[in-house]
Amino acid sequence: MRRFRTQDSGFKIFIICCLLSIFSFLSFDAIALTAEDIVKRSQEAFFYQGKDFKARVMMKLISKGGQERIRELTMLRKNYGDTGGEQKYFIYFFQPADVKDMTFMVYKYPARDDDRWLFIPALNMVRRIAAQDKRSSFVGSDFTYEDVSGRDIEDDRHEIIKEEKLSDKDCYVIKSTPKAGDVDYSYKISWIDKVNYLPLKEEYYDKKGELYKIFTADEMKDIKGFPTVTKRTMKNLQNGHMTEVVFIKVDYNIGIEDSLFSERYLRQPQRKWIE
Amino acid sequence: MILALMSSNSFAIDASLHGFFQGNYSLSERSNPDGGDFKWAEERFQLKLDGVEEPFRLFIKTDAYFNHIDKKGDLEVREGYIDYTAKNWDLRIGRQVITWGLGDLLFINDVFPKDYEAFFSGRPLEYLKKGIDAVKLGTYPEAVSLELVVIPFFEPNRFPDSKRFWSYNPMLGIPLEEKEPVTNFKNTEIAMRLYRDISGFDASIYLYRGFFRQPSMRPDNFTMPARLTLFYPRLSVYGASLQGRALNGILSLEAGYYDSRQDRKGTDPVIPNSQTRFLIGYQKQVWEDFTIGLQYYGEYMHDYSEYIRSQPSQIPVARRLYQLTSIRLTQFLMHQNLRLSLFSFYSPSEGDYMLNPEIKYNFSDHLWAALGENIFGGGREGSRLGSLDRNDNLYIQLRYEF
Repeated sequence: MRRFRTQDSGFKIFIICCLLSIFSFLSFDAIALTAEDIVKRSQEAFFYQGKDFKARVMMKLISKGGQERIRELTMLRKNYGDTGGEQKYFIYFFQPADVKDMTFMVYKYPARDDDRWLFIPALNMVRRIAAQDKRSSFVGSDFTYEDVSGRDIEDDRHEIIKEEKLSDKDCYVIKSTPKAGDVDYSYKISWIDKVNYLPLKEEYYDKKGELYKIFTADEMKDIKGFPTVTKRTMKNLQNGHMTEVVFIKVDYNIGIEDSLFSERYLRQPQRKWIE
Repeated sequence: MILALMSSNSFAIDASLHGFFQGNYSLSERSNPDGGDFKWAEERFQLKLDGVEEPFRLFIKTDAYFNHIDKKGDLEVREGYIDYTAKNWDLRIGRQVITWGLGDLLFINDVFPKDYEAFFSGRPLEYLKKGIDAVKLGTYPEAVSLELVVIPFFEPNRFPDSKRFWSYNPMLGIPLEEKEPVTNFKNTEIAMRLYRDISGFDASIYLYRGFFRQPSMRPDNFTMPARLTLFYPRLSVYGASLQGRALNGILSLEAGYYDSRQDRKGTDPVIPNSQTRFLIGYQKQVWEDFTIGLQYYGEYMHDYSEYIRSQPSQIPVARRLYQLTSIRLTQFLMHQNLRLSLFSFYSPSEGDYMLNPEIKYNFSDHLWAALGENIFGGGREGSRLGSLDRNDNLYIQLRYEF
């Protein structure tokens, strides 16, 4: 028995050593996260959290002269696949008055154009919308479609340029340079929170290398265990225009049915989802 | 915005009221046939009441207006219906606007009534569509969605008024009698649409049994007409459409067979022959906030030799293939508050055209204005757009929305 026990404990030590080496390997891996890994985790935290998502979105478009326009909408999102994969979006507009009751549906695909449909209530008409440019402005704001639903990770070259604190939070600082030349910026610097991987700040530089747009995450809340940016701003430094976005009534994993993303509900949106 | 929330113990209606004040004036560039200077001049107030008590919804859209041309005001119920929504089906009963098909201002399988006078006189686009008093049933099984529309009351298209619009009319001045289909079971119109996704394309099949909404004109005598009867011949339409992403844009294909049931042989000179209508459309975003839309549309007349044989000599003959092309250019500027657009129709078979440049600006979230022009020309006597040649007009739409 004793002999066996000795053997047994020796085996235990062997196992522990193995586990330790695996753990150390894992933690070593964590230190050696590549820029792509960080951007992927950031996308997961920012655009793909939960199985589905709902928010009432209040957008305030503010011109250089201080004139304000409001866009109020409910956004519903459901994931189909992993981070970077397919998603469906359903958007219902409350404000301004001339777009009240309009609905908008997007099937987002990685590495190809979206499918987009718009419902115009005054004509009771559903139209497909041409969507070749994901860098287009979303409803006239300073945010683009990509800023709302994410940019393909493979579209950029990513590099970690440094690690630093931003408002007391440890961040990775990533430089992302678009591989294609037809993008409105030449590169982007992102400050990504090391703990929850949310982007805290992004700086967009134009073709001349001058800073022209700044994104800031202004408020975070924990909703059902998912850290969520509930207030954000995109400011265009070149024309002085900015857009503030506040998410209210945020919820995750609410059981959005696949049937929501259909022409039926585009024409007759269900109250239970849009309210 | 007025948001009324009325609630009692077991009864809660979620209701909202919205609407607009609108001024809409269209100046004729040449005086009208009756000497007037405006194609349209009115102030309008619209109220939309929307109430929901699930599974029911009540929607009423009523316009009150004052028309300066006729110097009279009136009320008009644009839409007014009740919805009932169940899990896999729904029902809409009452006055409703239905828009089917893929064409941009070209309609093949959208067999519902239009107001072309509104379109040609620079009124907002929504006034092109007339409501119908109908019952619509929707069912949504997995395999295919279905919309079935039953229309007991016939509603014709509205065409430009002869007092305000110059037009080609060789029968002008002869007394007219209009005969609309009487409301009975046999004359009840039925329209059906089946649709589903086919590998990323939106596919639809359409069936319609009813009447032409453009009247045919039968004289009591072809050589010396003393009396004309306007009537709406029987029509069935069988069609299909397909739309999806292709060629870096959106491709639309639509076709329909117009079965002229009262003149299947094509020998009656006043009833349109059966036709095949088809449409190819392409839409592309060229750069940010700039899109281009192109369409090619055709109407192919069947039994053309019978048509030629039966036509009275004094009336210009139609071609076997009528062709129409369109271009739409749209540019948004200033954070989508300013919209510049140009729409054009040009018919390669007739040589006539219509141009509609427009500029629309949103002064605030509530106030917008649009300024545009309708220009017609080209073609020969009796061609569809060319015959509107002397009706060019400059219009303004001003709307405060709440």
